[in-house]
Amino acid sequence: MSSLRRRKPINESSDSKHKEEEEDEDHDDVDAVGDDDVNGKNKKTPSKIKKKRGEKPPKQPKWSCMDTCCWFIGCICITWWLLLFLYNAMPASFPQYVTEAITGPLPDPPGVKLKKEGLEAKHPVVFVPGIVTGGLELWEGRECAEGLFRKRLWGGTFGEVYKRPLCWVEHMSLDNETGLDPCGIRVRPVSGLVAADYFAPGYFVWAVLIANLARIGYEDKTMYMAAYDWRLSFQNTEVRDQTLSRIKSNIELLVATNGGRKVVVIPHSMGVLYFLHFMKWVEAPAPMGGGGGPDWCSKHIKAVVNIGGPFLGVPKAIAGLFSAEAKDIAVARALAPGFLDNDIFQFQTLQHVMRMSRTWDSTMSMIPRGGNTIWGGLDWSPEEGNSCAKKREKKNETQIADQAGSENAVCKAKSANYGRIISFGKDVAEASSSDIERIDFRGAIKGHSAANTTCRDVWTEYHDMGFAGIKAVAEYKTYTADSLVDLLHFVAPKMMARGTAHFSYGVADNLDDPKYKHYKYWSNPLETRLPNAPDMEIYSLYGVGLPTERAYVYKLSPHAECSIPFKIDTSADDEDTCLRDGVYSVDGDETVPVLSAGFMCAKGWRGKTRFNPSGIRTYIREYNHLPPANLLEGRGTLSGAHVDIMGNFALIEDVIRIAAGASGEELGGDQVYSKIFNWSEKINLQLVHISILLRLFIFLEVSISI
Amino acid sequence: MASVLRFRKLCYVESAVKCTSVGYESFEIDEKLDKKEEDVLSANNFALEINKKRKQPKRQPKEWRCLDSCCWIIGYLCTTWWLLLFFYHCLPVTLLRVPELPGPGVKLKREGLTALHPVVLVPGIVTGGLELWEGRPCADGLFRKRLWGGGSFTQIFKRPLCLLEHLSLHYETGLDPQGIRVRAVPGLVGADYFAPGYFVWAVLIENLAKIGYEGKNLHMAAYDWRLSFQNTEIRDHALTRLKSKIELMYISNGYKKVVAVPHSMGVIYFLHFLKWVETPPPMGGGGGPGWCAKHIKAVMNIGPAFLGVPKAVSNLFSAEGKDVSYIRAMAPGVFDSEILGLQTFERVMRMARTWDSIVSLLPKGGEVIWGNMDRSPEEGHVCDFSKKSHSKTSLTTNNVNNSEVKRGFLVKDLANYGRIISFGKPASVLHSSKLPTADSKEFSRTSTSENFNNFSCGEAWTEYDEMSRQSIQHVAADKAYTTTTLLDLLRFVAPKMMRRAEAHFSHGIAENLDDPKYNHYKYWSNPLETKLSDAPDMEIYCMYGVGIPTERSYVYKLSPNSRCKSIPYQIDNSVHGEDGSCLKGGVYFADGDESVPVLSAGFMCAKGWRGRTRFNPSGIATYIREYRHKPPTSLMEGRGIESGSHVDIMGNFALIEDIMRVAAGATGDEIGGDQIHSNIIKMSERINLGL
Repeated sequence: MSSLRRRKPINESSDSKHKEEEEDEDHDDVDAVGDDDVNGKNKKTPSKIKKKRGEKPPKQPKWSCMDTCCWFIGCICITWWLLLFLYNAMPASFPQYVTEAITGPLPDPPGVKLKKEGLEAKHPVVFVPGIVTGGLELWEGRECAEGLFRKRLWGGTFGEVYKRPLCWVEHMSLDNETGLDPCGIRVRPVSGLVAADYFAPGYFVWAVLIANLARIGYEDKTMYMAAYDWRLSFQNTEVRDQTLSRIKSNIELLVATNGGRKVVVIPHSMGVLYFLHFMKWVEAPAPMGGGGGPDWCSKHIKAVVNIGGPFLGVPKAIAGLFSAEAKDIAVARALAPGFLDNDIFQFQTLQHVMRMSRTWDSTMSMIPRGGNTIWGGLDWSPEEGNSCAKKREKKNETQIADQAGSENAVCKAKSANYGRIISFGKDVAEASSSDIERIDFRGAIKGHSAANTTCRDVWTEYHDMGFAGIKAVAEYKTYTADSLVDLLHFVAPKMMARGTAHFSYGVADNLDDPKYKHYKYWSNPLETRLPNAPDMEIYSLYGVGLPTERAYVYKLSPHAECSIPFKIDTSADDEDTCLRDGVYSVDGDETVPVLSAGFMCAKGWRGKTRFNPSGIRTYIREYNHLPPANLLEGRGTLSGAHVDIMGNFALIEDVIRIAAGASGEELGGDQVYSKIFNWSEKINLQLVHISILLRLFIFLEVSISI
Repeated sequence: MASVLRFRKLCYVESAVKCTSVGYESFEIDEKLDKKEEDVLSANNFALEINKKRKQPKRQPKEWRCLDSCCWIIGYLCTTWWLLLFFYHCLPVTLLRVPELPGPGVKLKREGLTALHPVVLVPGIVTGGLELWEGRPCADGLFRKRLWGGGSFTQIFKRPLCLLEHLSLHYETGLDPQGIRVRAVPGLVGADYFAPGYFVWAVLIENLAKIGYEGKNLHMAAYDWRLSFQNTEIRDHALTRLKSKIELMYISNGYKKVVAVPHSMGVIYFLHFLKWVETPPPMGGGGGPGWCAKHIKAVMNIGPAFLGVPKAVSNLFSAEGKDVSYIRAMAPGVFDSEILGLQTFERVMRMARTWDSIVSLLPKGGEVIWGNMDRSPEEGHVCDFSKKSHSKTSLTTNNVNNSEVKRGFLVKDLANYGRIISFGKPASVLHSSKLPTADSKEFSRTSTSENFNNFSCGEAWTEYDEMSRQSIQHVAADKAYTTTTLLDLLRFVAPKMMRRAEAHFSHGIAENLDDPKYNHYKYWSNPLETKLSDAPDMEIYCMYGVGIPTERSYVYKLSPNSRCKSIPYQIDNSVHGEDGSCLKGGVYFADGDESVPVLSAGFMCAKGWRGRTRFNPSGIATYIREYRHKPPTSLMEGRGIESGSHVDIMGNFALIEDIMRVAAGATGDEIGGDQIHSNIIKMSERINLGL
């Protein structure tokens, strides 16, 4: 105590010595009763105390607020350290005991279970990560990024964005014209399994699958993570980094060093499209392709196990490109929604994010493909009649009991027009097509930009549009998948000019047309043929049972000065038509609608079609989403969400069985919970080769004439 | 004021309540609680307060007890620390930046150099990271975590025995033990930092990146450095992967040949690779005889251990090498103390002996290279440099005296480097005729002697347990060993290990390289028993530091405590030479880079391969680049930019510049040909090897 007092000398005139003395007495008495330590101290320095005391005022704050704070912090620190120490001293298996004590014995993870069954590593495995899940690291940067050399800018700690947000955005952006590195900046994908095992500390992507594969004997020499820079367009990863060549060489190496066993490829999310591109690339002749020859795939690939594959694109990508608003196109935004929506970049977060993501060509690979044929027109959509009751069931089970019957009826009566991917205003979204007055925006002249004055350094192409252009866009009222591409051409001409050089969104009429040899068609399953590999198998594994964004209700943003002029009308809600916060949702895995994930395997490639001339077998494996039962399960072992499904035990078991040599039939063939087959049938896509049709036609004609 | 006081009292009361367990009497608390109520009642009346104090002096809320003070102090410190930390983070980044020396990367970029040839880095022993893929229950939660390197050493403190078990290999096969899979960490992260802040390749990588290197033209050939070289291929296909990577980089970088940069043991690993890749398939890689000529521009060996290192001897013999493994350099206190229960050394030794790769570092070439009982190529070596670097102050005062005295001693006290192990100082100094001869035949006879002290010796099993006391003493009686007899000695004390390892490595000199037996892989890593490949355009560089005393031979003694578990030999630390002698702490030093003596690093480039010799039939050009060691001048420099020591040399700017120039296309002559500070040429001349 005395020492403490001395630390806080108080210089005031004294007027009550007697009180001081008494206090001294107090001390002595207390000391006698209590602590020896302090006692000793006090006795050693009584004179000093008295000196100080003498100066003290009547109102001497003996224990000031400051002291209390310090004391409090000290207490907390000590407790914390103690706990930390205990935690560190704790045996590693302790948490498991606790978990087991609470929830009962956990089910064996699939790796352990299958090992007991006697499965062993057989086919080498190649992982292809999707968009945003792969790590990126800095190899060369501007001055503001000094000290970040070979540190992760994406994934992990994100290069400590919060310290230098603008610098980070600058480094993550690509060149707006070329879609390649800006001058003086080199950001490259992290290589190896670490590239995408965890997205951020504790947020697994591939880690669980890797751990389970390792249980049955997989290791580095039999697993390969095909990490690529997911910001680039697919062909540019080859141009800049030779990524496709590296994948080819690595697959060849894996096959060679594992006794000629073919690889099992496991792409996830956008990796599905990337690998589709790879399969075409590797067999194409050398200048544009990899020169592997026409039977490369059948020689090297046993199966392609697509997880959550957006074969036909995702509507989310539209919202992301159009207004940077998709609920979570980037997992980052799902992870830290408050963070990115905040104003840390001085009111322009969204614009910055949008400008950055618009330089990424890869986002354009996710724009819905197949146009109205697949995604539906103004008045119809394959998902028509989709009931939302199922989803609400989870949300409020109490209500559903009495309303279930009536609601189902309503849903049928009034179903959402999913075909209208973007509509301006809720009434437009619901009105029948004949009632909508549309003024074509395509010819509209973009007014000279009035807003392009002082918008700081944030540049989005909206500034070039001017009010007239913005108005024209809104006047068109509603957009289907076909007109969407035109819309994006209109609002972001530069981006789309870059994008259309690398991607295509149509449906091929005649696949023999020589133009389809160009690489821009390779990642569109509706404009390419699968390789000639009859022994190969294609799986589509995805989660169902989660509401997934499918169409949007937009409105003009009220303040059109320097911001993005459109935004999702979050006030639009309609229980009956699955409209919620301005978003119509359908069945899916939270990111990819069932239609996009399943159609190709359900119909497009099923049997011998023109897209699949060699009759590669396809299987659909759906996993019904069940939320984690309790907190201890973390992100759930039965989850069906887009990324969390990588920890789904059933899915992992399927993947391991395939890797250990099982075929699709042995796995149990199709496993379908959604109405994907119904929906696919509604899609009127010609699947027989056109020449066969012609021949048939001629044959008929001839026979008739005879 | 009153409220302040009251607040304070409340705090007292609270703290007292909190601390009951420490020994406050419960009635006191009651009293205080009463008082607290009273306080509340009379909150506004200050005078009353004082009265109360007078009346109830004993109830006066009390003292800081020890605990409180502690809390207070810690809280105070924490707050201050956080404040400082906060300010530190508030400061702009630029203000705090240490004015860094512009590295060679920046300098050469200004000169206009850009990435040309792809670069392959081959790490050496112990610097590569190892991670766990399958383990015993004790290693739960360590899946794909690093067991070795990369700052995971905290785990060693948590479960030392478990880790030792996982890092050991099978004693008989030299491969994985049952149920344990530990694998090399792939990629650049495998060996860029050994521990946080302790760089290995990081500086070189960073500088290469400055002129445009990145993942596609920079590759780290990580391999499991515990295995024998051929086993890395058998188990992990490491050699096949390296071959495929080099071919890929060659093609995808516009048919530019590769520059390989091996370090330390990586040098002989890469030598092995060069032979392997051209050998036909069952045993080799089947690349065909022109593979090296087609794919490799230059091999830039850093700190090459071509002819082995004496350190490996002491490590295998008694687990005592001053720092053959950097662990002991990193944490000397830990491993020398007894955390593992009195058997640290034994356990470490047992682990190290399961690693075949250490055997590859045993001195090669026998007495021809390393000298016999009475002569050695380094004879007459002047040992004043150790003084210079260690005590500068004393040097300045007795500079003149010292050198004179030293010269005087040198005549008397010549180090017999040839005797790699001698028992007792006399044995290391006496003329050979006075010593009992070491007869290898004798070993074979005694080794069969029954081992009567093989009772339960705990779990730390070393092969010493199987030796009888007699034979242990017998070994010591033989007094002095040269490199040739040393191998016999090791075969005697560790027969199983040597049997296992000698299937993979050979340490002799080839008489006739055309003998078909030299097609076996065990000879591939010995430069004295293989021909270099037929690649006349290739260049071989030997780059190493000089100017640091390096272990060259040892004075041993019998270990005093003859506990059954202990290692029966130890370096005799008490033996010191007189001033100026190269003997210090039982170790004779020679010139080198702290781990590899100049002889081992430089001989092949200086003589063995120079010009067209039988080891180098196609006349591959060789260059020696020596870097004189200069300790870092200030703390800011960290481990020094002019260091010459075995690992720190990877941060030597001159060396990095040389590598970058070659990677950017320069030839050996363009970077200045040989650069020699030591007397390696003279030493080599003394070696009488038919070329």
